[in-house]
Parts: sequence; C-alpha cells; structure tokens
Amino acid sequence: MKVKTINEFINSNQKPEILFWVGCAGSYDDRYKKVTKSFVSILNHLRIDFAVLGDEEGCTGDPARRAGNEYLFQMQALNNITNLNKYNIEKIVTMCPHCFNTLKNEYPELGGKYDVVHHTEFLNELLEEGRLISEKTNIKITYHDSCYLGRGNKIYEAPRNLINSLSENLHEMKRKKENGLCCGAGGSQIFKESESGNIEINLERINDIQEVNPDTVAVACPFCMTMINDGVKEKNLDKKINVKDISEIIEENLKN
Amino acid sequence: MNPIQQFLFIFLLIFFGYILLRRITIIKRNILLGEKKYKTSAKKKTRLKNLILIAFGQSKMFKKILPAVLHLMIYSGFIIINIEIIEIILDGILGTHRIFNVLGMPYYNVFISVIEFFVVLVLISCVIFLFRRNFMKIDRLRSPELKGWPIVDANLILVFEIILMLAILTMNASDLILQDLDRYNSTGNFYFSGFLKPLFINFSEMSLVILERTFWWVHIIGILLFAVYVTYSKHLHIFLAFPNIYHSDDQEKGKMNNMKSITNEIEMMMGLSSENVEEPPKRFGAKDITDLSWKNILEAYSCSECGRCTSVCPANITGKKLSPRKIMMDVRDRSEEIGKMKDKGLNHNDKSLLGDYISTEEIFACTSCNACVEECPININPLDIIIECRRYAALEDSNLPPEWNSMMQNIETNFSPWKFPIDDRSNWFKKDV
Repeated sequence: MKVKTINEFINSNQKPEILFWVGCAGSYDDRYKKVTKSFVSILNHLRIDFAVLGDEEGCTGDPARRAGNEYLFQMQALNNITNLNKYNIEKIVTMCPHCFNTLKNEYPELGGKYDVVHHTEFLNELLEEGRLISEKTNIKITYHDSCYLGRGNKIYEAPRNLINSLSENLHEMKRKKENGLCCGAGGSQIFKESESGNIEINLERINDIQEVNPDTVAVACPFCMTMINDGVKEKNLDKKINVKDISEIIEENLKN
Repeated sequence: MNPIQQFLFIFLLIFFGYILLRRITIIKRNILLGEKKYKTSAKKKTRLKNLILIAFGQSKMFKKILPAVLHLMIYSGFIIINIEIIEIILDGILGTHRIFNVLGMPYYNVFISVIEFFVVLVLISCVIFLFRRNFMKIDRLRSPELKGWPIVDANLILVFEIILMLAILTMNASDLILQDLDRYNSTGNFYFSGFLKPLFINFSEMSLVILERTFWWVHIIGILLFAVYVTYSKHLHIFLAFPNIYHSDDQEKGKMNNMKSITNEIEMMMGLSSENVEEPPKRFGAKDITDLSWKNILEAYSCSECGRCTSVCPANITGKKLSPRKIMMDVRDRSEEIGKMKDKGLNHNDKSLLGDYISTEEIFACTSCNACVEECPININPLDIIIECRRYAALEDSNLPPEWNSMMQNIETNFSPWKFPIDDRSNWFKKDV
C-alpha cells in the first residue's frame, strides 16, 4: 500500500492532487481502518496523487461542538487550520461525513477555506469521467443514508450512483433520503450511553433493514458503520447481512 | 340596521381592535426578549422564493398528502372568505345591507356563491380534521406534551371554524327567503345556501329576520373573538409562519452556528485580538429564552404544534423523552411567562427554560440528525435551541454526561475522541498488519 504524507511530498518538491483526510475512525477504529485501506487502494489503482497529514491530523472537533463544548471545537479547528494552511492545502477528500461537514461548512468562518468533497462524491466524479470501472455484481444492496451527508449536506445521489454502477439490485428502505432514519450515533451520541427509552435507535434501523432483507447494507460513514454493525450483530444477523462502506464494495469489484 | 346597532358595531370594532393591538405589542415585546444578533444568511431572492413556495405555496406540507389537501382547503378558504369581511364591516359602519350588491346580478350572487363554495370546503375539512384528531390513532396528535390545553386549543379552533361557517350559510339562506318575501333586496340565488332554504321556509318573517341578523352578528363577533383568541393559541401560525419562513436560514443543515464570543476569547488568550473586541456575552449558550435569538422565539410563537418534527425524531420514536415539538412549546410558554412577570414588575430569574421546562435528559438525547428541521412545514429549527442549551450545559454549568467529558478529555490530550496515542495515528499505513 502506497501512502505518502504531505511532508514527503513537500520534501521532494511535489504537490499532491488531493489531501486525504483520514479522520479518527479511519485511523484508529479496527473495522474502519479496513475502509481506509480500501479507499487508498482505489486511489492507488487509479494513480491518484494523494497525501495524508499523518500524525499532524487531529480530530476536527465535531463531537466537541455537538456536545456543546464550543471552546474545545474552536481550539481543534484552529490547530487543524494552521496545519492545513501551512501546507497550502486546496482540495480535501474525506470518508467521514462528520469531518466532511465540519471541514466544508464550519472551518471557513475560522479561516480554513478548502474545496472539501466526500469520498462518495469524489468516486462518483471518477465514475462519471469513466476512470473508475468496476464489474457488476448481483448482490442485493440497501443504502443507509448518513444524516450529515444527506439532510446535512444534501448528498443523496452520489452514493446511489456508485451503488447502481455496481449492482442492479439496489433496494431502498422505506425511510430514505430526506426521510432517512438516523443510526443513532450523531450529535456525539456514539460516545455515551443513550437516554432511557423503549429501543436503541440502531435496532430501530435494523428493523428497516430487515424489511428489505439485503445481502449487504452499504454505508458511507464510520459512525453509521459502527451502529449498523452493532445492531446486525445484536440481532444475530451478521452471518446473513454484510455491512460495508461503498468504497469496500467498489474495491472488491474493481476492473483491472 | 338602526343607529344603535351601528354604534354597537363600531364600538365592538374599536374594542377588539384595541385588545388585538395590545396582544400584538406584547408578543412583539416577548419575541424581542431574545438576543438581537440573529440575521438570516439567505439572500433576499432566496427569502422571497421561500416566502412564495413554502409559505404561500405550502410546499413542505405536501409530504403528507391528505392533511396537506385539507389544510390547503382551510387556508384558501380563510383568505377568500375574509373578503366578505370587508362587506360586513362596511355594512356595519354605514348601516347598509349587503353593500356589494350594487354590483348587481350576476356578479354579486356569483361572488357570494364562490365564497360559499369555500365555506363548504372549510366545513368539510374541519369536520374531517376533528374526526382525525379525536377518533383516529395518529401518534403525533396524541403525544404527552399535548395533554391539557394544547388538545383543547386544537379542538376549539376547529369547532370555532365550523360555527363560523354554519353562521354564514344560515345567514345567507334566511336572507334568500327574506328576499323571496320582498323584505330584503333581491340578489339572485346563492348556490350553496340556496339548498338550505327548505330548512327555514316555514319560519315566520320575523324569526327569519332575527335569524339572519343574529348570524350576521355571530359571524362578525366570532371573527373578532377569533382574532384575539389566535394570539393565545397555536393558531398564531396563520400570521407568523410568513415572517418566520422569510427570516429562515438557507445554510447547509449540517452547519452549526459559530460562537463569535468564543472566537474572541480564544483570540484574546492567544494575544491575536485587536483592541476593539465585543463585550463577552452575559452567558455562553442558553439557560433561558433571553439567551436565545429573537428568531428562536419567533419560531416558538409560529409553531402550530403539528408534531411532524416529533414523529420523525429518532430519539422520540425510540421512546426517549426528547420531543422537538415540546422544545418549541416550552420556549413559547416560558416567553409568555417572562412577559407576564415583566408586566407585573416581578423577577423572572427564579425559574429558567433549561431546568424548569426542558431537562438535560431531553437535550442530551438529540442526535443532531436534522430530521425535525427537514420536516417542519414552516422551517422551524428546534436543533438550534437544543445545541444552545447544550452549550450552556458544557460551558457554564459543567453538567455534561461523564462519558462526554472523557471523550473531550481525549480530544484535548490525544486529538482524537478515543484514548489512542497521537503517535499511533499513522499506524494504519506504517505498521501494516
């Protein structure tokens, strides 16, 4: 796997096409690290020059801001913006809709102005340019909308386009797009126990998924990935239903 | 109409006008209890577009087709039928009877027939709504926050409208018979009330006059009462939805507002600030409605308590206490309360929005998924209020769930919400397993 840090680019007097913002889940979470690697291998396969910040990357501050700690959020933001501006970063691609939303919508006011795209948008562009070509599979897929990608930033079509390019078997859940049901993780919920209620939000979502009864649930967010995975396991469906990031399904079916 | 009736009419008009004006002043004052800083980021063109599509066109209502159609019938009826109010007011002041009849046939009777058409539409819609609300199991119309006054309020409005509509039809039907008896000037037939004539045909001329006059008064007094009542009711949305939509934001829903006051603090701390920084706010985040923006309070007064927000809230669906509708109702109730205490010169700091109306259990349950914001037919944003309350809990009250405190401690020390060493961040590609 070929991964270069921005420092390595600078030291050899080169400039990457994009900065790949890995995110904390992509860097540390065992399951999501696999997604990171899938995305990287697609980038390498398509010979896209990308850099990562490496150890200089830090949490965007999204969970702190959503938990109410604006002070910590802005400290994180300033730190990251200083780094990004130091390297004259122009275009950022990230897999995490929370990082994406923060970098794209919330950093400009604090002095960080970049062209930020989500990896589903980025891959969709490559698909439409004819650079990304994959084999068709016949697995039955349903797509779970991430709130920060969907309602938060009106990105509904890019992930669906990608899935449609892979399989003619995309089955939608009843609650989709603008009406999509949250996985239960956003707003910093993933970092604490939920308040008392009748059912966990992710299990409510698993009911939607079971109605469709897919082979694979495609997600596009590390938090959704965790919540849906946990739900599928809790309901003993993990032998039947795979939970995968869209980039993983693409990587598995890349045409050489 | 005799001069005594004319006098009484003008007196009532002034009396209700005065009360209404007083209520409007109070509500405006209450809305302005909020912070003055809010200004929509939407361009004027977008604002006008929203006003036309979402407010006048009710575009967001059409996600639920049946209520949307019924609501549209009442809404258009409200506008059309109120044209006749002009005639009633002119008649009342000038002592005339059906002054617009100068238009003559067929203009006048077609005009009244069109109004009657909408009267019938409103009547049908109100009856169906009443049935839906009370006899059908629609979860969002039965939530716990509606117990007591809100349910009574909702039913009262529907009954009120039904009475007003029946008043018009009865008035017109008796008028038609009195025309046949040559007691009133002829107008030509009114299409819908014409069918009701048989009901009153055996009445004496005297009772018909009393009937016609009584329902004329019922109608106008009903409307005046209604106008005042609306200011105490969730029905205020019929006016406030318009400014509320006009002033709504159009930034991406995922974006949360930047706290300039915190940026100032940080800049000051780092020695980056210029001389002229603004005064720090009296409080970070919102403990009470006075810490919210005027727009938040306008939204609370505009809320029609339809509960579409609550019906899509993932926390509420799964049985948690949080209900975005209740957040809006609480803000309105608290604003009214503070307003009343101010009028009496009392101190309102014994209670607060967060703590006495909204609990931390509610605000901590929000996933910030924006489903409520997406769903609201008039662009209310309950999430904004929830986040402001969380900001108070985090920055002033230090009262966050302990797991959140550890998460934030991790961010502070390791630049990641999880407890992993900074040096391990690149392990995924450096130490490949």
